[in-house]
Amino acid sequence: MSAAAHGHDHDDLVFHQFEDLPQQRESYIVGMWAFLVTEVMFFGGLFLAYILYRMKYQPYFFEIHKELNIGLGGLNTVVLLFSSFAMAMAVYSHQMKRKKPTLGWLTVVQLCAAAFLFIKLVFEWSHKIHVGHVPWAFQWNEPGVPPEIAKLFFSMYFGMTGLHGLHVLIGMIIIGALQYLIWKDAYSVKDYIPTEMIGLYWHFVDIVWIFLFPLFYLMPQ
Amino acid sequence: MSATVVTPGEAVQAPEPESSSVNYLNVSHTLRSWLLTGDHKRIAVLYLISVTFFFFLGSIAASLVRIELMSPNGLMMESETYNKMFSAHGIIMIFFFLIPSIPAIFGNFLIPIMIGARDLAFPRLNLASWYMYMIAGVLVLMSFLMGGVESGWTFYTPYSSLTTSQVTLCLIGLFIMGFSSIATGLNFIVTIHKMRAPGMTWDRLPLFVWAHYATSIIIILGTPVVAITLLLVVMERMFDIGVFNPANGGDPVLFQHMFWFYSHPAVYIMVLPGMGVISELISNFSQKRTFGYHMIAYSSLAIALLGFLVWGHHMFVAGQSMYQGVVFSLLSFILAVPSAIKVFNWTATIYKGQVRLQTPMVYALGFLGLFLIGGLTGLYLACLATDVHLTATYFIVAHFHYVMVGGAMVAFLGALHYWWPKMFGRMYPDSWGKMSALLVFVGFNLTFFPQFVMGYMGMPRRYHYYYFAPEFQPYHIASTLGSSVLAVGLILPALYLTWSLKYGKKVGPNPWNARGLEWETASPPITTNFEQIPIVEHEAYDFDHGPIDDTWDEESPIRAHEVKR
Repeated sequence: MSAAAHGHDHDDLVFHQFEDLPQQRESYIVGMWAFLVTEVMFFGGLFLAYILYRMKYQPYFFEIHKELNIGLGGLNTVVLLFSSFAMAMAVYSHQMKRKKPTLGWLTVVQLCAAAFLFIKLVFEWSHKIHVGHVPWAFQWNEPGVPPEIAKLFFSMYFGMTGLHGLHVLIGMIIIGALQYLIWKDAYSVKDYIPTEMIGLYWHFVDIVWIFLFPLFYLMPQ
Repeated sequence: MSATVVTPGEAVQAPEPESSSVNYLNVSHTLRSWLLTGDHKRIAVLYLISVTFFFFLGSIAASLVRIELMSPNGLMMESETYNKMFSAHGIIMIFFFLIPSIPAIFGNFLIPIMIGARDLAFPRLNLASWYMYMIAGVLVLMSFLMGGVESGWTFYTPYSSLTTSQVTLCLIGLFIMGFSSIATGLNFIVTIHKMRAPGMTWDRLPLFVWAHYATSIIIILGTPVVAITLLLVVMERMFDIGVFNPANGGDPVLFQHMFWFYSHPAVYIMVLPGMGVISELISNFSQKRTFGYHMIAYSSLAIALLGFLVWGHHMFVAGQSMYQGVVFSLLSFILAVPSAIKVFNWTATIYKGQVRLQTPMVYALGFLGLFLIGGLTGLYLACLATDVHLTATYFIVAHFHYVMVGGAMVAFLGALHYWWPKMFGRMYPDSWGKMSALLVFVGFNLTFFPQFVMGYMGMPRRYHYYYFAPEFQPYHIASTLGSSVLAVGLILPALYLTWSLKYGKKVGPNPWNARGLEWETASPPITTNFEQIPIVEHEAYDFDHGPIDDTWDEESPIRAHEVKR
């Protein structure tokens, strides 16, 4: 049954519980922002734990953070920032009702996300797993830094970048679904609001990385 | 007319005028039409059934705990079994009864109707929240059956990250339960912000809706924090990360901070909706405009805000700084103010009202008494010096049961009896209702008042036996006796309410002569709630403008109580 069949006197993009399109759009956007609030609180718990431990163990954390590769982290920052630009362009294109540019820019986002995960997993994580920095098989021989503090640092590192990476992956799946629906001219993506909402999510994922990068990679002495 | 099912996200045909006998319950009968429904009222009924199921499971665990404690040496359980039993009681009652009960059942059913909307903003999300609740419930019950959890509902580290019991599975279940809770809260916030009928300004919102708005804010700010906390414990168990484990450089007190950052506000997730219910009951059964409407509304928001600033009062003896303790103590005292504002305003509403002592009102008055005791004893625990003496004793057990059971559960029963005729179109026998309300009140006090006394005398909580102090036995026996009275008071409503579904007297739209949009639509309501979206012209509880609907059933037993119209 399509929404066009119902009896309320509003146009066919509107679900039955809403009065009109502006109300529906506003509801979706408010809902998305409320969801992002929950995401902020979710990551906030981790950031709190990290910041507390860094305050406590700053000199050690400084020594340990030298294990991270600033070049790769910086490259990933650039990649994600560019993906946010592409996402903004995708939303703009959808608002302008231009199908091909929308799909094109979303593909750029996908490529950036894939590049981010590739750099993260293949160049950063696999190296650290190889030298024994994962918590469940932890090895640490650096004198002057207690191994349990190094383990704590890498627990936070893997926990936080892992959760962020999971959000990137989920974002890729959602964007893939969105691309498919747009490509098929599906009814549910006639309005630009789904793209706008996914765009908000993507910018949030980007911002989390913008905080993670300096907290882990750019540590002052 | 052709039966119309609202599938999530799909549109529905407008009801035809002659459809007055068609309502959300009988619009379709297949199991599929219930399990795939997008109708907030049907989802509320699904929640009602499942929450009741979990409530009875939790009650059974509680009864076993109470029976065990009748003897100083224990009667039938090993210590470990006892730990698993009180853990199961706490986990089920808090996460699967208290937190979802009023919001997911009555909030779900009533908020769209009260604000004059056809449904919640996101029907599919609403249905998904019920499925997440059920999946979470299955996982948690599995963890109990596969060996149980013995860490209590608080899951304090390092024990919870080291124990070999089924903590991982249980925590994954609770993590999913968090999503269910968030989905409900998010839905309410968007609905209350964006879907109010013309004329339904914030100043005209029923206080029930205000309370749920405040609750939803707590849900979306607090639940994610406990979600990540529990997830970290799971990771600690699975991948040996060291955030809370001292052996790995972590700090177990950080777990307590993060846990109580959610779990203290969660107390208000449980009790604020109950306060919303009580505001409705007091005003409507006093037939009087509520006293201090704005004060009650804003005090809900104040509780939501202040509730986030007092978590440290659970940790006065957990090794946190003394200065932190002083601040948390002060803030906890301040938090008593908005609760007191509500109680005073309710009392002033009753004053010179035309009070009708029907079942819901009996529950409301019971709430006032029990919540007052629960709240005032909270001040003993907010005070640093007395808390050192009382912490981890039965005093604290009695205190939070007075707030949770005496507050939230009694309000739940009041809501059930008040909106039952609206939800199912039939009335239960009022005399049975009043009798069971009285049994609940008496049984509850008999169960938990002795616990204040023995807690003050030093009986520690969570102890399997107390052969070292047999003088506590009379109190424990009184408590167990009280819990059997309480059990009778809870089984009776289950019986006569079920009976009334088929044999109860049919009622009209407004059997209580109450005010509010939910009493202007049919009982039970049609799928889209209203024939057309209403226009609101009066403030809430506007008893100065005569009854909004005169069409109540002449045969209704309630009629006898109508001294004045």
